[in-house]
Order: sequence, then C-alpha cells, then structure tokens
Amino acid sequence: MGIIKVKDLIFEYIRRDEEGNVEGITTAVDDVNLDINQGDFVSILGHNGSGKSTLAKHLNAILYPTEGTVWVDGKDTKNDEYLWDIRQTAGMVFQNPDNQIIGQVVEEDVGFGPENMGVPTAEIWARVEESLKAVGMYEFRKYSPNKLSGGQKQRVSIAGVIAMHPKCIILDEPTAMLDPKGRREVIRAVRALNDVEKITVILITHYMEEVIYSDRVYVMDKGKVALQGTPREIFSQVERLRELRLDVPQVTLLAHELRKEGFPIPAGILTKEEFADALDESIKEI
Amino acid sequence: MPIILDKVSHVYEAGTAMSVTALNNVSLVIPDGQFIGLIGHTGSGKSTLIQHLNGLIKATSGSIYFNGEDIDADDFDKKKLRSKVGLVFQYPEYQLFEADVFSDVCFGPKNLGLTKKEAELRAYEALKLVGVDDEYFYQSPFDLSGGQKRRVAIAGVLAMKPDVLILDEPTAGLDPRGRDEILEQVAKLKRETGITVMLVSHSMDDVAKYVDRIIVMNKGSVMLDDKPKEVFKQYERLEEVGLAAPQVTYIMKTLHDRGYDVRLDIDTIDEAKEEIMSYFSRLAEAKKRR
Repeated sequence: MGIIKVKDLIFEYIRRDEEGNVEGITTAVDDVNLDINQGDFVSILGHNGSGKSTLAKHLNAILYPTEGTVWVDGKDTKNDEYLWDIRQTAGMVFQNPDNQIIGQVVEEDVGFGPENMGVPTAEIWARVEESLKAVGMYEFRKYSPNKLSGGQKQRVSIAGVIAMHPKCIILDEPTAMLDPKGRREVIRAVRALNDVEKITVILITHYMEEVIYSDRVYVMDKGKVALQGTPREIFSQVERLRELRLDVPQVTLLAHELRKEGFPIPAGILTKEEFADALDESIKEI
Repeated sequence: MPIILDKVSHVYEAGTAMSVTALNNVSLVIPDGQFIGLIGHTGSGKSTLIQHLNGLIKATSGSIYFNGEDIDADDFDKKKLRSKVGLVFQYPEYQLFEADVFSDVCFGPKNLGLTKKEAELRAYEALKLVGVDDEYFYQSPFDLSGGQKRRVAIAGVLAMKPDVLILDEPTAGLDPRGRDEILEQVAKLKRETGITVMLVSHSMDDVAKYVDRIIVMNKGSVMLDDKPKEVFKQYERLEEVGLAAPQVTYIMKTLHDRGYDVRLDIDTIDEAKEEIMSYFSRLAEAKKRR
C-alpha cells in the first residue's frame, strides 16, 4: 500500500434551504480510487466544482468518506484515534497565504506546529531552521510575516507544514493569488522538497505549466477521475482537456497547432527545449 | 471622459514610523476607449493606484482630473465619479448579497436614484452584456458556479453605466475555461460599448492577448508604459521586478538562440505559429532555389 490509498471514495453532502429542510444531495466525489507512493509528485487538475478540493480534504481527515475508505500511511482516516497522526503525516497548504499565518515573527509561526506536537524546544529550533532553509526563507526568520510578499508568505506556510516532518504535503492551489515571481518561488520550493527531502507532493492547481514536472497527473470532472497519466500523456490530449474546461501549457499548444499544420512534431511537448529539438528535426525534412 | 493623473503620490500612515510610500509621483493620461493592462508584482502600488481613480482614497499630493475636473475640489460630485468609474475588486463574488441575481444587479442603479423600471432595464442590459442567461435571473447568486458569480458581480458594476471599467484580477482562482470566458466577455463588452477598460492581472499571457497598452508599476512608480510588444521586448527588466513576458516570448527566444531567424517581439500563440510557419516556408523556398 502506498502512502495514500483511496478506495471507492464517495462523498455526498446534503443541501438545505434556509429553514434547514433538505433540498437535495450533491455527490462531490464519486467513486475515486488513488494509490500514491511515498516520494511521488502527483498533480490534480480539474475545473471549478470538479471535486478536487473536496478530494484533497479527505487526504488529511478534514472530511470523512460517505462511502469507501482513505488510508494515510496505512491508517484509516475514519478512525478518530489516528486523527493527529494523520494530520502530522499529511500536511496541507491552502490558497490564501494570509489565512494560514498566525505567528508575529516568521520563525515563531514555523515553530507553532512542532510546539503543538510537544517537540522539545531545542529540536523545535532545529526543525524551524531546516524547514526555513528548505524553502529558502531562512534569512527572513526574524521578519514579521506581514512584511513579506505573497510568494514568501506561502513559502513560510509550507515551512510550517514541513516542520512537523510530514511524509506528504498537499497543496490546494498554493499559487492562485501570487504574481509570476511568487508562483515560481513556490513551485521551485515544492519541487526541491520532493527531489531533495523525498516528501510526497500532491499539488492541486489551475496553472498547467506547474504540473509538467509531476510523476502523475489526475484530471477530475464531476467528482470522478476523468483522465490519469504522465504529464506527457495528459497534455497530448489538447481537445479533451478543453472539453474538461482545462488547457495545456503554451508551448504544448503551439506545438499542437503546428502539428495540425503538418509539422512532424510529436504530441505532448512539455518544454521549450523539447519544442526546439522537435523543430530542429522538422527542418531536416524540408 | 479621460482621466489625468498629475504627479500623484500616496503615503500610507504619513508622518509616522510606519509610513509607506505606495505611489510616488505618478503621472498618467487615460484617454477614452483604451484597453489597458496594469501589471506589477504584489505591493508595487497597483491597487492603491486604481483606488485613486474613483476617489476611494485621496492622493497625499498631486491632482487627479476626471473629464477636466479636479476630483478633490470641494464642489466635485464624488458619487457621480463612482458611477462613472466602475471598480470590480478581487473576488467580487464575495460582495454578492441579494436573494436573487436580478435584485443584486439592480442594487447599484437603484442607489443612484433611478426608478425601479430604469434600474431593472439597466440590470437586464448588464446581465446580457456579461452573458448571464435569463434562466439564472431569479436564482440565488450563491448557487451559481465561480465563473457565473463573478459575471454577476461584474454586471452589478456595469449596471451603473460606467465610462471606465477597472477589473482587479478578474480571473484569479478560475479554471482555464472560466478565465477565457470572462476575458472574452470583457473584450466583447469593450468592442460593443467602447468604454475604457483597465485590467489588473498577474497573467502575462492574458494581458498580451487582450490589451493595447500596458502600464508596469514598480515600487509605486510607473516603470514602463507602452504597447504590449514594446513592454514584453524588455523581458529582462520585467524579470528584475518579479514579472515576466508571456511564455511564448521565451519560446521564440529559445529558437532564436539556436540560430532560427525569427522575430523576438511575439507575444501570442497565433503570432508565433505564423512566424514559425513563414520561417519554414522561407527555408523551403531557399532550398528550392539552390
């Protein structure tokens, strides 16, 4: 079993009107199966309302399945006994950086999680240091969080999660509110955590170019997994992704457009370099 | 109704130890009918700037003229200014509050003192302009999808019949189709009504596709103010201030570095496709002649 296993997950919530009468039932997650291995970098795509955030909230026991089972590091999330173990194993970072920072000073904020877990003081400081270094924010440790940019705040949030030594980190649209530099900083930090620290990453995003480094991509639609595969397999399906209200990175789209014009370019080009290589090949055929 | 900013500065908490200069000597002319992109990293002064344009905050020094009138003059009608310069904030759907979509959009024009009938007529027009269908009019705005809610919120501002529409990151948090739909709708609205539109955005790809002028803010000052092509040509300067050119500009640069004789001032996919195809046909042509 992988670090996260989801079996036949269904999540329903009951819609009520103002008087509390039941109006109907919405199935937000509909029969989803996932098996994520320790150290994987997994991305989840899907349009607004496709169920991806609801799915993510099952992965650290914020929500419990209506039907089916979710195991985090082998522990069933429905079992209350494991709640804190699970939250510690799978940490979560949300969209809005301003809603997740509570400390007056960066290093205090990062130390909050381990302190809550009862980690001895000396070790808290050691963890704060290594976590801030891992996201490239160590030099800001004495700053007040409100003096930081959005990208810096998000990296502090991520440091706060990794100070709890999770095996897995779930990021729900961590870059949605950031400028281009902030987006780059956060994605770079996330990739480093995965490459260097071998932390399992589950990234939910609306920016297609952020997922090209993942090992596996899941595309959600109407609560179900509509597509899954490597980034190359997923982004080869330009028209299908558009039907699902999604897109592909610009370089993939440009390659796709030229392919339609008869250029001998393979499907699923993901980087500028691959694109240039493919054009080099095309030139030989003139 | 042009807007002119003459040496406008804004200092938050002036005279205290916390004082921050958010705008520093900004002079700009915003003529009628332009589609302007306003870009800059977080904290560069974009939001402070747009809040000056409809008098929500007052310049610490300098003057702002709307249609030739100083907006800080005692006899200037600020209420009218706010109906003429419509500001759509980030995540505007959080500002929806009425029981149904139609009443929500009627709220603004009613507040202007229009009759019920006039207000309803404007609400109807505004909802049509943003592409919300009749079937949604009597639904609760809270039951709509993210993209639909945002359209309703934009309609609420359009119902005031502004001459200038300012949108602060209208596509943040939307899925790619939602992003395209909102921007297409804004572009269509711009074509049909001829109003001035100012788009604040972090997406260079979007800005490149729609606007005809870009204002780049950095540290409270205007760093660049030019046509998109001219601005994106200076991608190195943009990178220095936390911005970037559209991805496609970098693709063309990669090709150019490999010896492809292609133009570098390209900022949309369609242009790039055309340029690469024309380069290949030039190569084929040359080969035939040999």
